[in-house]
Amino acid sequence: MTVKTASGAPAQPPAADTGESAGKGLWAWLNKRLPIDEFITSQLTAYYAPKNFNIWYFFGSLALVVLVLQLVTGIFLTMFYKPGELTSFDSVEYIMREVNYGWLLRYLHSTGASAFFVVVYLHMFRALLYGSYKAPRELLWLFGMLVYLALMAEAFMGYVLPWGNMSLWGAQVIVNLFGAIPGIGPGLVLWIRGDYAIADATLNRFFALHVAAVPLALLLLVVLHLVALHQSGSNNPDGIEIKAKLGPDGKPLDGIPFHPYYSVKDLVGVGVFFVLFAIIVFFVPTLGGLFLEPENFELANPLSTPEHIHPVWYFTPYYAILRAVPNKGLGALLMLLSVSAFFFLPWLDRSPVKSMRYRGWMSRTALALFTVSVLVLGYLGLQPAEGLYVVLARIFAVFYFLYFIGMPFYTYFEKVKPLPDRVTYRAH
Amino acid sequence: MADHAVVADDEVDLSRRKFLTRATIASGALGAVFAAVPFIESWSPSERARAQGAPVEFDLSKLEPGQMATPVWRKQPIYVVRRTPDMVARISGHDDQLKDPQSKDSDQPPYAKNDVRSRSPEFLVLIGVCTHLGCLPKQRFDKGELYPSWPGGFFCPCHGSRFDLAGRVFDGSPAPINLNVPPYSYPNARTLVIGADEKGTV
Repeated sequence: MTVKTASGAPAQPPAADTGESAGKGLWAWLNKRLPIDEFITSQLTAYYAPKNFNIWYFFGSLALVVLVLQLVTGIFLTMFYKPGELTSFDSVEYIMREVNYGWLLRYLHSTGASAFFVVVYLHMFRALLYGSYKAPRELLWLFGMLVYLALMAEAFMGYVLPWGNMSLWGAQVIVNLFGAIPGIGPGLVLWIRGDYAIADATLNRFFALHVAAVPLALLLLVVLHLVALHQSGSNNPDGIEIKAKLGPDGKPLDGIPFHPYYSVKDLVGVGVFFVLFAIIVFFVPTLGGLFLEPENFELANPLSTPEHIHPVWYFTPYYAILRAVPNKGLGALLMLLSVSAFFFLPWLDRSPVKSMRYRGWMSRTALALFTVSVLVLGYLGLQPAEGLYVVLARIFAVFYFLYFIGMPFYTYFEKVKPLPDRVTYRAH
Repeated sequence: MADHAVVADDEVDLSRRKFLTRATIASGALGAVFAAVPFIESWSPSERARAQGAPVEFDLSKLEPGQMATPVWRKQPIYVVRRTPDMVARISGHDDQLKDPQSKDSDQPPYAKNDVRSRSPEFLVLIGVCTHLGCLPKQRFDKGELYPSWPGGFFCPCHGSRFDLAGRVFDGSPAPINLNVPPYSYPNARTLVIGADEKGTV
């Protein structure tokens, strides 16, 4: 692993650490063979993060906490879950009713899935707000987007596993989206399903992907995301580089060591998060059908489509865009574009400043409209595709895409405020 | 013993080295492609899935005029409708509202590529899976059931696609083509076989 401090200067371990590593004993023995101290120093105690972080900077570490929660609860669920057309639904009921604390394991996992998207969406919004995707953090952003895509695949396949009726029909709709690809579409759909319909074969391979393949990819991508983060260092609410102003000791004047300052601050965030999380897990685990849908408490039935099919809330903005178009190919294409547009942000944004604090009214209006559009589309995706709902979905889909299409223009032409010399913050 | 040939720098044949490197990369890549085939092919329908996709028989005598039955073929519902003369009459007269009235871009055997999309006007045989994203369209056979000018047909509850009594899709539906027709045949007057016709089994 490349060892480098945020300031770009060589890592200078504190005197106490050096003494320990060079000395005798087990710790020194270990450090001679594995760079533990060196890693802790370069990545935590001498890794400098901007001192003006605000509440928006909690969600990255929270995403990591939720990832661990999902891995642990997921591993325990696989000990009781039996994939298969005839066994999946019953084994989930077995977990809920008969496994000791099985209900807790499952509710932690199902609530964790929604919580993952909550923190990831807030984390992404932070990037839009403060321009965290801009140079030199383009690759960091791309790795983050790949994490998001892996997370979407993971959530979709996990949703199929309980084999309720919404599992089956959700899988049917999403897998059929691949059928919109000209030429290879129908063959590709048959290959993904492994049968002439969504069936046992499909369920079993989704299980394998959900518990092994995608989590491994997800972990690798998260590591790459963190390595890229530590290479450039964090952005901050002012969007100026702290490495540009170094003190006589070579450390950023506006930086503080990640540990103990931010490790302790993040713990507060984790505490607040788990209070809210526990309220949902213990009192409203289905959240009125938003986190777990009533249709999915019914066994999968290939001969009965639920009256009203929609995905879980975190996919509904894209789903609303898909349904707004009365053309299969075009609808699927726009849905694909609505997700992939984020990948191009670093190159669509031509503003000389990063943070919304110093941008003009056009950027601010665009982001506000985009945020409203995502929320409205998210609501519309939960409603039936008829009448006024479809008209509204079309209008807000236009606003959604205008944010991206218009970005090269409004970020280039608008007047920006002068950037401060140093980060602005209020001492506590 | 020390008979290593010491090669001077100017004696190294770099072009030979480059060629060998490239040849190794190329043969390795080719091998990787071949090695990937069994893994990819394992996802295609298994022998068991194929066997279970064999043709199925359906007894037409059970069906009253105006009724629909849904036998299952290849784990998909097949809509078998015994159309009344009135229902057959309601298939014509709205060609201008259809996406593909002649079934030119739709998927059906040649004997179903006609106005009624079936071998005979009486029996309609369709794969009951919406050509949009695969939900099951519901039967709305009565005139005016959806709106005053509705001629009767099928309605998909998921994304609102509408089809007439020949399974042809109406304009304004997200479904791109008419409902698919499976291969089928009548070995005798009262038996329908789904999945096999003169051309054999699919």
